[in-house]
Amino acid sequence: MKAAVIVFPGSNCDHDMYYVLKHVMGIDTQFLWHKDTAIGEIDAVFLPGGFSFGDYLRTGSIARFSPIMDEVIKFADGGGLVFGVCNGFQVLCEAGLLPGVLRKNRNLDFICRQVTVRVENTATRFSSACTQGQILQMPVAHGEGNYYAEPDTIRKLEENRQVVFRYATVEGEITDRANINGSVNNIAGICNDRGNVLGMMPHPERAAEFQLGSADGKFIFDSIVNKIAEFV
Amino acid sequence: MQEPAITSELVLEHGLSDEEYEKICSILGRTPSFTELGIFSVMWSEHCSYKNSILQLKTLPREGEHLLAEAGEENAGLVDIGDGLAVAFKIESHNHPSAVEPYQGAATGVGGILRDIFTMGARPIAALNSLRFGSLDDAHVRFLFRGVVKGIGDYGNCFGVPTVGGEVYFDDSYSGNPLVNAMAVGVVKHDQVARAQAKLDGATVMIIGASTGRDGIHGATFASEDLSKESEERRSNVQVGDPFTEKLLLEATLEMIKVGCIHGIQDMGAAGITCSTSEMAGASGTGMEIDLNKVPLREEGMTPYEIMLSESQERMLLVAEPGREADVVAICAKWDLNAEEVGFVTTKHDKLIVRKDGRIFAEIPAETLVLGGGAPQYVREAVQPAYIEEVQAEKFDSLPIPENLNGTLLKLMATPNITSKSWVFHQYDHSVRTNTIVAPGADAAVVRIKGSKKALATSTDCNGRYVYLNPRRGTSIAVAESARNVVCSGGKPVGVTNCLNFGNPYKPEIYWQFKEAIAGMGEACRVFNTPVTGGNVSFYNENPKGAVYPTPTIGMLGVLEDVEHATTAWFKNDSDIIVLLGENKEEITGSEYLASIHGQISGDCPSLDLEKEKAVQDACLEAIQNGLVNSAHDIADGGFAVALAECCIMNKNKPIGARVSMPDFNRADAALFGESQSRIILSIPKSKMSRLESICKSNGVECHQIGTVGGEMLVIGEHINLRLTALSDAYHHTIEHCMSEII
Repeated sequence: MKAAVIVFPGSNCDHDMYYVLKHVMGIDTQFLWHKDTAIGEIDAVFLPGGFSFGDYLRTGSIARFSPIMDEVIKFADGGGLVFGVCNGFQVLCEAGLLPGVLRKNRNLDFICRQVTVRVENTATRFSSACTQGQILQMPVAHGEGNYYAEPDTIRKLEENRQVVFRYATVEGEITDRANINGSVNNIAGICNDRGNVLGMMPHPERAAEFQLGSADGKFIFDSIVNKIAEFV
Repeated sequence: MQEPAITSELVLEHGLSDEEYEKICSILGRTPSFTELGIFSVMWSEHCSYKNSILQLKTLPREGEHLLAEAGEENAGLVDIGDGLAVAFKIESHNHPSAVEPYQGAATGVGGILRDIFTMGARPIAALNSLRFGSLDDAHVRFLFRGVVKGIGDYGNCFGVPTVGGEVYFDDSYSGNPLVNAMAVGVVKHDQVARAQAKLDGATVMIIGASTGRDGIHGATFASEDLSKESEERRSNVQVGDPFTEKLLLEATLEMIKVGCIHGIQDMGAAGITCSTSEMAGASGTGMEIDLNKVPLREEGMTPYEIMLSESQERMLLVAEPGREADVVAICAKWDLNAEEVGFVTTKHDKLIVRKDGRIFAEIPAETLVLGGGAPQYVREAVQPAYIEEVQAEKFDSLPIPENLNGTLLKLMATPNITSKSWVFHQYDHSVRTNTIVAPGADAAVVRIKGSKKALATSTDCNGRYVYLNPRRGTSIAVAESARNVVCSGGKPVGVTNCLNFGNPYKPEIYWQFKEAIAGMGEACRVFNTPVTGGNVSFYNENPKGAVYPTPTIGMLGVLEDVEHATTAWFKNDSDIIVLLGENKEEITGSEYLASIHGQISGDCPSLDLEKEKAVQDACLEAIQNGLVNSAHDIADGGFAVALAECCIMNKNKPIGARVSMPDFNRADAALFGESQSRIILSIPKSKMSRLESICKSNGVECHQIGTVGGEMLVIGEHINLRLTALSDAYHHTIEHCMSEII
């Protein structure tokens, strides 16, 4: 399997994503610069967290115009696996690869803390190594993670089981208190209707080694690797 | 372009004394131009020249086998940690800017210290901050506190450095003059270390990064005077931060260093182009000629004076390796940054020559401007303040002992100085870069170094109240406590950076505090073998009511040979035994208990025997390294009872109780809440007690089993008997509640 991590100016979780893919998962991994105009022979594309272009406008709204994004859209349209975390999720929404937007957190502050999310759908290429209802612990670190979409869109997401992760209590209950940033229906991560593009606000790449307090994020990377192995 | 004529009023406005002005005239052999006056004014300001502090700082231990740069020689201290790696670290103040514009003031404080680190070629891997504010009851203080925290968070979060630790204290003495000290730590391979040098004749001088605007002109001078009502009008002296550009500057700088196209580099902080050009040339014994027409500007019509003194952020001055200028330009272009050739280095003279439109606006021997060169150095008059004898003579024998000590403990847990600071650190990204092993809220933060077994432990500490009561010993305690915190996290202390926050040094009482503090710091650093690698002095921290508590903040760096030694403060397992290293001494004076329960800030600060302290730390570290220890927590603010309570509830998700015997006592309150130094609480498996005892014996340290972990209560003898839920409620929400009030 070959993976690529896209680097936008202001990406700051690019090294972290690269480290997990290459050194924890043992995947052949390379960086792609945002001005690149070709993706090459790659099985999965990763959009990392950070503050692309400083996030001085709406998060992700400038990065979606980077030359590489045309290629990412083509790659996704062709069925390629695209995974965005945090700022990467925001960019995917801005690029129209995922529906909805990420608004400012409900409390208006940046929030960095460990959260727990419940796995809502294991029949995706990003969650097949998880069990239904499994609770994953990983950190969030964002100012704009409050997921919102029109009621119609939310209804479709729920009907198609595109909500893959939801903020939940440690016991697995979906409560308002567990909803760290005020997202509609506690949504922490969604995929597109075809199931090959996923975006999530929590950081699985920061929770892929026990040394860092949790290795739950590895279930997600395992899922990706397994599915690609099946396809190849 | 006509520059104003030099008058005595103008000289005064620039903060220069008559004596200093005469010295300038004699250096130049003529009257300075307006631009030259501005240049001397910032370079000889307290902030840049350390003129009233340097002779004291030179008495500190500044050498050690692991130091790769001497204090003040480079932008930050540089310590060898083996494996071909070095650590650059430094702490710096941004107090005055934060007092008038808290958000930008704090943000640019973080930006400045990060640049100091990566200008040496080191990638920042951790940030900390040490903050002091007035009382949270005051709406303006809440405004400052909120702004400072947001400013630190927004800058560090966007830049992508984890903010892993620090401290926050509240006391009326800081009202109107908050302290904002930012620290950064970076890692660099030995062969990638960049230097602030300009040695090569004819080498090209370039400015990279942001363009130059009118922001921050005279920031250094502003930092070198007391705050007053008029300070509010100096808001335009505060720079505006752009963390995104800083992030680009980081990546471009490290890339340029890696490919070897840089001969020397220095960030532009205080005094901008003036400081970076004169320091690089001055330190190398060379000259530098620059043409201001080539400097990228944000607005038209800027004068040479303004361009030279601008403190616009996110800029670097570099000297290219000859023939590699095009590589500099190409790498900067990749990162969408300016890279302009603005001048050259020369060995034919030693002057800083500044031209615009073909005319010379300044021509000054570079070395005369800088610290260690021609900048003035003073010893001020020192007089012991009258309050010292008064407070130290105070006795507390007749102080009433509270009847309900449970209630007292709950009150202490909820005081802003002791309560959890999670409201603060949840706004800081502390897990980016995936190295954070021990996150904020512990005794010291621990970050691993990828590709190595090693990790770093860092902590900032200073109890300003102790230093106020006894400047010398209080400062020794600050060093001792920061070392103790590092040890409790499993690190061996290796070096210190300091941020010395004091009042106006022209007041003999303030200068006495400063001198005493330096003496105390030196004594302690010698015992712990932790040389002072650099730092920053911030004088003039006064508001109309007087000076802040003298606050010499210590930033301690420790090294863990094996990241597996990383240790946290909280109890882990039922039936582990609880062990106290060190002695209980019932020292109530200077304590948080005395201040917040009895409203008294008096008495001498707690006693300190440096040799005993060192022994306790050595024993603790040896026990950790031998895998005996499940938790280690130092006893600090709030004393024995607060430390035990913290061990029970600091891990919010898994609180665990303890049953502990009461130490022998004369006064129960002093035994529970007194702040005697050199004490550490460990929890260990029972089976390991005999090995711990032999380690303590060989180090000559007292070690007593005092209780057992387990249950849902904290019980201390007959005196404390509290449910963990009650302690948690008291400890976890104070700041959140204060800050939810409408400003």
